[in-house]
Amino acid sequence: MSEVRLLVGTRKGAFVLTSDGKRRRWDISGPFFAGWEIYHLKGSPAEPNRLYASQSSGWFGQKIQRSSDGGKTWEAVGDKFVYEGNPGTHQWYDGSQRPWEFKRIWHLEPSLADPDTVYAGAEDAALFRTADGGLTWDELPGLRNAKGRLWQPGAGGMGLHTILLDSSRPERIFVAISAAGVFRTDDSGSTWQPVNRGLKSPYQLPDPDAEVGHCVHRIAMHPSRPDVLFMQKHWDVLRTDNAGESWREVSGNLPSDFGFPIDVHAHEPDTIYVVPIKSDSEHFPPDARLRVYRSRTGGNEWEPLANGLPQSHCYVNVLRDAMAVDSLDPCGVYFGTTGGQVYASADAGDAWNPIVRDFPAVLSVEVQTLL
Amino acid sequence: MIRIELPFHLRRLAQVEGEVQLQVEQPVTLCSVLDALEARYPVLCGTIRDRVTLRRRPFVRFFACQEDLSHQPPDAPLPDPVVTGAEPFLVIGAMAGG
Repeated sequence: MSEVRLLVGTRKGAFVLTSDGKRRRWDISGPFFAGWEIYHLKGSPAEPNRLYASQSSGWFGQKIQRSSDGGKTWEAVGDKFVYEGNPGTHQWYDGSQRPWEFKRIWHLEPSLADPDTVYAGAEDAALFRTADGGLTWDELPGLRNAKGRLWQPGAGGMGLHTILLDSSRPERIFVAISAAGVFRTDDSGSTWQPVNRGLKSPYQLPDPDAEVGHCVHRIAMHPSRPDVLFMQKHWDVLRTDNAGESWREVSGNLPSDFGFPIDVHAHEPDTIYVVPIKSDSEHFPPDARLRVYRSRTGGNEWEPLANGLPQSHCYVNVLRDAMAVDSLDPCGVYFGTTGGQVYASADAGDAWNPIVRDFPAVLSVEVQTLL
Repeated sequence: MIRIELPFHLRRLAQVEGEVQLQVEQPVTLCSVLDALEARYPVLCGTIRDRVTLRRRPFVRFFACQEDLSHQPPDAPLPDPVVTGAEPFLVIGAMAGG
């Protein structure tokens, strides 16, 4: 009998939610690290009971926690994130240059093959890697050579928030950085190139077609088709069919193409999900109706999914790391809101049910399918 | 023996209850107390002061003997009542405001 485990990071702790394959009844454990912000937690694909969590606090800084029993118990591991050499400067709001300064880890991406290897996305933007289960971390500094001097934080901070690993080409990694764009390495992180051609940011950048500086909110990939990426940008939903060499807009009939998360169906590489938000000025759903939008055509043609979601007076947001899909059939889709709800669909989005309604604001949702 | 009171989150992180007591060699300073604290509880490294610069984190305060010692130089001697153990050295999470 299969089991599904949701890993939920919130403003005030982490929670682990488990269900059987029917995904109707859920057991909830937590909060773990109560009172701390848990930007992200994720399990190792190679060893599912090995979990990693980013625990941070405006008062007490950054901690990394590791579990070897699926989240029942945790131990603090290494949290020394030091930029390699002299990290130089990046652009500041007033146009001056400001030194890189570590603030927190936004995202943890365990290796597809090795439970002791994990990538960590940092603010100020950098990529770190551990090969010893989180005890020590080293930066991959080549990323900053991809025009890092021109990166500039947005209001939400200059965080590296998405890390995509390619199972067919282990030396290839994509990362996305808030207010910098998408970057790709084809040599395991030594050298990187911006891959933002086709992105247009007319109201965010003086040069709408700039090579870097685009506010990419999230990118997603289906493992069977690693050259195809989908993107939710500050405005616009886009796709690339050539590993980022060129992007084209696929916003189509969305009621708004502003949003944060984007994800891909586990078994249908052209079925994608977004949660439109009214605008960058009003971070809540259009018409105060919470609707996930699904495209079965890889973009452009979208259908609203509202069954079970609040359709009046709804002013929550869904953050970039707060949507996930399981690999059961039918595919389960999950997302968490800034209002503390976690919604689940056991039928690819046709119908939704709240698993919980009153968590702290949800920062991240990951799901593990345990067979 | 130096007595240290930690805030709630750091007590949980270090898995201690109540005060922490440490033997610290003379001269007892902010820096030597924090060095000893981090040596005993490595998980606290980076939580009170920056790992690299060793500067106090912005929202952490040091109180003792009804005084705010947060802005003292790291090598300044701590008050005698702290050194003798008559008074605790308090690590405080600053008020969030609101």
